[in-house]
Amino acid sequence: MVSYILRRLIYMICVLGVTSVVSFIIIQLPPGDYLTSYIVQLESSGTKVSEEQVASLKKRYGLDVPIYLQYFKWIWKMLHGDFGMSFAWNKPVSKLLAERLPLTIMISLFTLIFTYIVAIPIGIYSATHQYSAGDYIFTVFGFAGLAIPNFLLALILMFLFYKYFGISIGGLFSSEYAEAAWSIGKFIDMLKHLPAPIIVIGTAGTAGLIRVMRGCLLDELRKQYVITARAKGVAERKLLFKYPVRVAINPIISTIGWTLPQIVSGGTITAIVLSLPTVGPLLFQALLTQDMYLAGSSVMFLTFLTVIGTFISDLLLVWIDPRIRYEKGA
Amino acid sequence: MRRGEEISAEEKFYVASQWQLMWRKFVKHKLAIFGGTVLIIFYIIAIFCEFFSTQDIHKRNSRYAFCPPQKIHFFDRDGFHLRPFVYQVRRTLDPVTWKRIYTVDKTERYPIYFFIHGDKYRLWNLFSSDIHLFGVKKGTLFLFGTDNLGRDLFSRTLYAARISLSIGLVGVFLSFVLGCILGGISGYFGGAVDMTIQRIIEFLISIPTIPLWMALSAALPQEWSPIRIYFSIVIILSLVGWCGLARVVRGKLLELREEDFCMAAKIAGASDGKIIMRHLLPSFLSYLIVNLTLSIPWMILGETSLSFLGLGLRPPVVSWGVLLEQAQNFRTVVLHPWLLIPGIFVVITVLAFNFLGDGLRDAADPYK
Repeated sequence: MVSYILRRLIYMICVLGVTSVVSFIIIQLPPGDYLTSYIVQLESSGTKVSEEQVASLKKRYGLDVPIYLQYFKWIWKMLHGDFGMSFAWNKPVSKLLAERLPLTIMISLFTLIFTYIVAIPIGIYSATHQYSAGDYIFTVFGFAGLAIPNFLLALILMFLFYKYFGISIGGLFSSEYAEAAWSIGKFIDMLKHLPAPIIVIGTAGTAGLIRVMRGCLLDELRKQYVITARAKGVAERKLLFKYPVRVAINPIISTIGWTLPQIVSGGTITAIVLSLPTVGPLLFQALLTQDMYLAGSSVMFLTFLTVIGTFISDLLLVWIDPRIRYEKGA
Repeated sequence: MRRGEEISAEEKFYVASQWQLMWRKFVKHKLAIFGGTVLIIFYIIAIFCEFFSTQDIHKRNSRYAFCPPQKIHFFDRDGFHLRPFVYQVRRTLDPVTWKRIYTVDKTERYPIYFFIHGDKYRLWNLFSSDIHLFGVKKGTLFLFGTDNLGRDLFSRTLYAARISLSIGLVGVFLSFVLGCILGGISGYFGGAVDMTIQRIIEFLISIPTIPLWMALSAALPQEWSPIRIYFSIVIILSLVGWCGLARVVRGKLLELREEDFCMAAKIAGASDGKIIMRHLLPSFLSYLIVNLTLSIPWMILGETSLSFLGLGLRPPVVSWGVLLEQAQNFRTVVLHPWLLIPGIFVVITVLAFNFLGDGLRDAADPYK
């Protein structure tokens, strides 16, 4: 088991490394670098920039070395907490992200929990009541949930709430709490705003998971040990929850690996529509203004979120599934 | 006599080819047939969108900005008319708020004619014509309302179908090629190559797609031509899209390469490439088709999301996402809810593809 965890840990670190390379590429993508636009800006304001000044500026920003060295320099700075400056906000990127990452993690986490709480019971119901009216209703709901893009659902919800209840469901805090420090009042206010984004982000994932849970459980229910147990007179409820459900939940846990990227991905666009104070809108603004250090770091942290989440789900799987736990001991 | 018929039906089952069995099973899946029919209609409309539309999509009816959809009527004060018609819409300005108010004027009605001469167009840039399926001779016909510049949303939605629906096909084709090649190599050779490709796939799956797509498409230079942007977006979408397919191909290959007919081909001296292409791929083509059908809607949703944010396709190109971009601000949506109509088409298309894929999946394994 230890070797399994160790293997996953090393793998995770490798993935984090590759992620940083991708983020660095994103930062380098737009034509021209920050320095070029800076020099143009200086020249347009009437300042003559000599060759030596350009060279010294290049040296100062570390642009005089080959690209791979620039990458290592960037990593080195990052390990010391320096993610570069956001030129649009005129603030360090680390500070901007620190403000918004906790809320992003929180929303993703709540959505994940919501997804599971809704999907697992519905999946069990659909499987045990196959082809019943309820099963069909949930199937239709599942297909619809998969088909409606997040942003459209967010827009429709906002529209309906505004039209029929006259309230705006955007944002995460009411205006009086937006800038305030954390307090009980602010927390309660936030809880009131949470359901809309969670439902919007969670719908697609929930719909997918219901299908998976239903399919897995149906496969399990057809197996012979279920028939044997039933023949021996085990109570239906006990039989269901003690054996097939436990087995069918395993693939669900291991799908965190793709549920979480889906949630973070959907969360990004939902947050832009609902104007939530998370990383999503920050990334969007950064991309529109070509604020590349901020954009690259945002993508990196969002990916970190999913990679670390997947690692945790692997650990969960070890805890839940004894087959993995004892695999190496034998 | 009845017994004889039964036997012949049973015999038919045994002598039927794999594809015949699949077709029979597929036809039984009502939802899949429904989805398939809807898609065929949509694609026909998309191919001939110039003919089905009622107006030139760039024509600005400046006096009718944000005009709500006009309803088609069959009844008026005089009773029933076989020829459908619309009432005239009049615009007035609210004297206080300067808001545009559209009122239906029931005194003036414009009948709708079929195969009518209207705005000129060039079908596929080849044939000049001005015949539209339907339209009005006098007055206006805005079935889905108009946008901020007074352009007809109905015609724009039809034109957008061409871009949105084709991007799914082109993107899936690209993913298909990538997925087959990489998945094929991975499954057939195994070992270190397999390891590397599997790790790459795992990595790509763990990246949240929308942030990555946003970053990549935002980097596309503004001055690029619409065609170049279109293909760049397709490539960006396929960058992640091939992973699922590669996994299916690999898994099936691992299963099939142990089969006797594969060994026989090898002993007969067939090359690796030939064994993959001639013997392995055809034997799980059905699984590939299912997977492809299910990944098209995914591509369409990706393009729509990107264009909605203004990072994907850009005007003057119209796709459903580009049209929805106008609805980004929800106050606009509250005032002009018809701007969401293109979204309905996205949802219907994705649903139809999912139904079709579901039916194909059941049919893919006819011996079960």
